[in-house]
Amino acid sequence: MSAFLQQDVPLSWYLLLSAVLFSLGVVGFLIKRNLITVFMSIELMLNGVNLSFVTFAQQWHAVKGQIFVFFVMMVAAAEAAVGLAIIIAVFRARATLDVDRIDRMKL
Amino acid sequence: MHLILFFIFAGFCLAGAVNLLLQSHPITSALSLIVVMTSLAVLYLMLGAEFLAIAQIIVYAGAIMVLFTFVVMLLNAGREARTMGSRVARTVGFPAVVAILAVIATVILQAQGLGAARLSDGLTDVKGQTNLEQLGAVLFTKLLLPFEVTSVLILIAILGAVVLASHEGSVEQGTGNRDQGSERTGEE
Amino acid sequence: MTILQFILWSVLKVAVVTVVFLLAVAYTVLLERKLVGRIQNRWGPTRVGPFGLLQPLVDGAKSFLKEDIIPTGVYRPLYLIAPIIALGCALISIGVVPFGTPEVGPGGYVKHGELNFFQISDINIGLLVILGITSIGVYGIALAGWSSNNKYSLLGALRSSAQLVSYELALGLSLVGVVLRAGSLNLRVIVEQQATQGMLTWNIFGGMQFIAFFIYLTAAYAETNRSPFDLPEAESELTGGYHTEYSSMKFAMFFMAEYANMITVGCVATLLFLGGWTSPFGDLIPSFENVFVDAGLSLFWFVLKVFSFLFLYVWVRGTLPRFRYDQLMNFGWRWLMPLAILNIVATSALLAYR
Repeated sequence: MSAFLQQDVPLSWYLLLSAVLFSLGVVGFLIKRNLITVFMSIELMLNGVNLSFVTFAQQWHAVKGQIFVFFVMMVAAAEAAVGLAIIIAVFRARATLDVDRIDRMKL
Repeated sequence: MHLILFFIFAGFCLAGAVNLLLQSHPITSALSLIVVMTSLAVLYLMLGAEFLAIAQIIVYAGAIMVLFTFVVMLLNAGREARTMGSRVARTVGFPAVVAILAVIATVILQAQGLGAARLSDGLTDVKGQTNLEQLGAVLFTKLLLPFEVTSVLILIAILGAVVLASHEGSVEQGTGNRDQGSERTGEE
Repeated sequence: MTILQFILWSVLKVAVVTVVFLLAVAYTVLLERKLVGRIQNRWGPTRVGPFGLLQPLVDGAKSFLKEDIIPTGVYRPLYLIAPIIALGCALISIGVVPFGTPEVGPGGYVKHGELNFFQISDINIGLLVILGITSIGVYGIALAGWSSNNKYSLLGALRSSAQLVSYELALGLSLVGVVLRAGSLNLRVIVEQQATQGMLTWNIFGGMQFIAFFIYLTAAYAETNRSPFDLPEAESELTGGYHTEYSSMKFAMFFMAEYANMITVGCVATLLFLGGWTSPFGDLIPSFENVFVDAGLSLFWFVLKVFSFLFLYVWVRGTLPRFRYDQLMNFGWRWLMPLAILNIVATSALLAYR
């Protein structure tokens, strides 16, 4: 048992976890009906991709993978700020956050 | 040791992500996402990216998710309802995503030369610098232009967010009231 | 050192530091009450023990024995988690703070990093960990206010969270000057870089970081929701803000979290600006070769400096009037943040010139 526990973790397990997180994010984006929850699924997708970048940075012992994650984080922060401002503006115009009811450009 | 830690924190990640999908109130979804992000930070730490781990906590869990929580609290978004649109999305969405996941998993499992990660395996062995020094050395010399452009991008995002979220009609209403007020005092 | 030994050693350090820290929090409450009393020309608590020294014990017993009221309309999971987040984050940041010299161990002198006797964990990014935990602490307040199902709590929580997030910027930026001088984010390395000649090379004097020091102090007062920035919890204005609906032990947890944050701010300020555990006399006093004297003296200097910061906190609380909310936000965004950025530019210019 302790020999099993002393093992190293194969990097493909990290990549599988990243793929599962990404696909859970896609599922959330498709099936959730609240605008904010849809946006949170997008953030989940971005995090899954970040994990795979860091895994590859560990595999190649290169720091460029981590720099890409750094940039993804910064862009995600900017995108979250603007996206939430848009959500607030949409809520002011439609008084609802239900994705099925915000499906027309005409008010 | 690495294996136990990986199982624990990967378990937290998956539990949080699944909870995000299962909950009907957005505030609990937001909290589950915070759990996912914090466990991801620990996974980054195990993969030798210590600066990214703490940046994940400061930026994602400490700033972006605070923003999400504020918006949920301010808009007081209630629980979701099941509509026809959501049933269609479920029947089409699930199989599509399972197909995507199967394709990606096949590619990953057939990849060769991936190797394994050990707890002491940071990137710190390279040239004897710490992870932070390596990041700084690349970020401020070779990738200086993207770094500066990202800061301009964040400035644009701040300006955009301030403009989008401000009250748009209030400026005209203010001048309209002022005109009416001056007319009344002019009459008197 | 095997993994098991390392875990046991860490657990022992965590237990000792937590007990001492909680005692320090309790006696900081007493310190504040007595000092504010003296500023207002009255005695503080004097009845419970000699000079009122047993007052914290009685306060703790009172908190445990009071009735725990949970209003019916609250969102229970978040209502119960919020004080846990607040107190947990306040207690975690003490894990990266070094209290004394790293060269001593239970068996005599040790090399650096072999056995961190006075520090729970020696991380290369220790300063960022403290900033990160401060960012997470915002959740305790925001969730408490929202889950309380009370207009005043929600308003107080939103105001307080906006204040915390705004002053986090100035806090982080003011520390960049220190990091530039030290070349590392490791708290032990920052202190050792300052200690070359005693008081003259401390970051606040010889290191030219006095502007950063004042920005850090002001931002830290706003971060811990203390006067003169305590509008979100002002009793006369918002009926208690985000902790209105909390009673007995949960309120005591918020209360302890505030004082624990105060002590952490004092610890970080001494490490970064005042030279940590090193003595202000530097080389003027020849170093004793005794392990106990070295360890005890380093601990003594550290505690003395943190105590002076706590004294300053209570002094400012008893003296200055409160900021209005728009004045507070104005000050944070339009004065402190540009000033901190100017400090970074000036420090980089100075370092590049040399």
